[in-house]
Amino acid sequence: MGLETKPLSTLHEKASYDPADFDVPTGREEEWRFTPLSRLKGLHDGSAVASGGGVAVSVEAAPEVVVETVGRDDQRVGKAYVPTDRISAQAYAVFEKATVVTVPREAVASTPTVLTFTGGGGVAYGHTVIKLEAMAEAVVVLDHRGSALYADNVEFVVGDGATLKVVSLQDWADDAVHVSHHHAQLGKDATFRSFVVTLGGDLVRLSPSVSYTAPGGDADLTGLYFVDAGQHLEHRLLVDHSQPNCRSNVVYKGALQGEQAHAVWIGDVIIRVEAEGTDTYELNRNLLLTDGARADSVPNLEILTGEVAGAGHASASGRLDDEHIFYLQARGIPFEEARRLVIRGFFGQLIEKIEVEELRERVMAKVEAELAG
Amino acid sequence: MSTLEIRDLQVAVEDKEILRGVNLTVRAGETHAIMGPNGSGKSTLAYAIAGHPKYTITGGQVLLDGVDLLELGVDERARAGLFLAMQYPVEVPGVSVSNFLRSAVTAVRGEAPKLREFAKDLKAGMDALSIDPAFAQRNLNEGFSGGEKKRHEILQLELLKPKIAVLDETDSGLDVDALRVVSEGINRFRAAGETGVLLITHYTRILRYVKPDFVHVFAGGRIVEEGGPELADKLEAEGYEAYTKASA
Ligand SMILES: Nc1ncnc2c1ncn2[C@@H]1O[C@H](COP(=O)(O)OP(=O)(O)O)[C@@H](O)[C@H]1O
Ligand SMILES: [Mg+2]
Repeated sequence: MGLETKPLSTLHEKASYDPADFDVPTGREEEWRFTPLSRLKGLHDGSAVASGGGVAVSVEAAPEVVVETVGRDDQRVGKAYVPTDRISAQAYAVFEKATVVTVPREAVASTPTVLTFTGGGGVAYGHTVIKLEAMAEAVVVLDHRGSALYADNVEFVVGDGATLKVVSLQDWADDAVHVSHHHAQLGKDATFRSFVVTLGGDLVRLSPSVSYTAPGGDADLTGLYFVDAGQHLEHRLLVDHSQPNCRSNVVYKGALQGEQAHAVWIGDVIIRVEAEGTDTYELNRNLLLTDGARADSVPNLEILTGEVAGAGHASASGRLDDEHIFYLQARGIPFEEARRLVIRGFFGQLIEKIEVEELRERVMAKVEAELAG
Repeated sequence: MSTLEIRDLQVAVEDKEILRGVNLTVRAGETHAIMGPNGSGKSTLAYAIAGHPKYTITGGQVLLDGVDLLELGVDERARAGLFLAMQYPVEVPGVSVSNFLRSAVTAVRGEAPKLREFAKDLKAGMDALSIDPAFAQRNLNEGFSGGEKKRHEILQLELLKPKIAVLDETDSGLDVDALRVVSEGINRFRAAGETGVLLITHYTRILRYVKPDFVHVFAGGRIVEEGGPELADKLEAEGYEAYTKASA
């Protein structure tokens, strides 16, 4: 039975580079029960073979940053992250080239480094490593667009005292399918800021996870999604606190509109016995703008130590508040504009957190376009 | 010269009859006080006129200069010149006061105000009501104290300059200083133009600052007695007991 409740710490135990170590999902497993497997077009059972246009990776790098395209045998690949599910292992088993971005020790990248992933149709598997050596600082953008059936793994290695800010934009064409793991490994006193924006694609399943190798790590994971009719956008977060005195904060917000618009948000946080002094909070909010849309939101917090600095979670899914709309309309503001103001307000504080101004404007424009359409 | 005419208004909430035939005419230049005990239906009257979706009109009319407001949407009523200062202003997360006010002024005037002019008006309005300028950047009503919310309602009143203003317990929860500041705002609004005011209140306190021309006693969902300012003095002395017994 896949639906029984197991403690989180056992749920996330399995890790292997070999897809054969994972059963082909049936949809009954806890980690697959929300995902419409038929729409994965074979990513999950090994039948989707790389073909067609694939996904082209282009990088516009800051001058302080080193960008390499490497083969499977490169020492830096697969160091921080071992695949934790079937598709992730499948992607790891078959990708041909990996992109490795290195920010040398103490280097401060003067401009954002932008990796653009452009789907040209067909099936593709990928791997990316973003490595910040000790005390380095960088802003990295992962920009996904075009059409593809794509599975990949991204490793963020944030060295001691380093600061990495990442924006990952899933702005795919309507028919794209993307299944991805983003794993961040934080060293001593490392800072990680992730901003995920998922707008386009038929099915996107993104699993951001964070682990700590030393005390003092600080992770902020922010996400925003806008789900239209027929789309399945799934975000599965895992923060594994296994070191003392680390911090994590997860805030994901989504709006849904249209028939069969489906959002899934899973927020798992484990605070292990060793992780004394952990401070963590996770929040998910969904705004259901029409009938026929569905949001599944499951926060899970497992605390195995008695000594936490703070631990909490909250999840709420609801409709636009009639009282908000009434108040604005009672001041003459027409309904459509009142609705836009409230939705913009719902997202606004999040969007302000995007580091790169160009991107902030692009995301704002995208959200505006979603609201208008 | 604007006129608000409420004719035999009947309103239900969740199938419960609340207003049982309210008749009242407010002309520009007049201030009417509606006074009544808690639960008598005063807010129901205010919300029904403004068009709150929870309140079902089961009979009657509300005419503003001959136009039946009940046929219009909430925003259309406001643009037609109606304003409701709410008893419990709603908190709207993520929408800043300045953004909200600019949107409201634009909607009501039918064109966007010049930015500099708007900024000047806003600052003057906030100064007059002793509102900290930092409020412009705050989220609408979020974390405002009771008094701050009420000042902010009157700020909107002064910026939007409606033809008819319905003020629902704008005085409740205010300390003496705040009551004075808010009353001065209402009086500025009254002095500024040909406007009618319907002042809903439970207590006579505010009527010492904002002098009504007419006083209506509200009980059991209708007006049960009418008179001049002297009626307020009588209520002050005797309370509502006589009316609540009669309407029960
Ligand atoms: N939104 C509502 N839902 C249910 N009952 C309501 C609602 N608004 C008002 N009522 C009921 O209508 C009656 C009148 O309430 P209200 O108009 O708020 O009175 P007042 O403002 O005079 O205190 C009360 O019995 C109240 O319980
Ligand atoms: Mg009331």
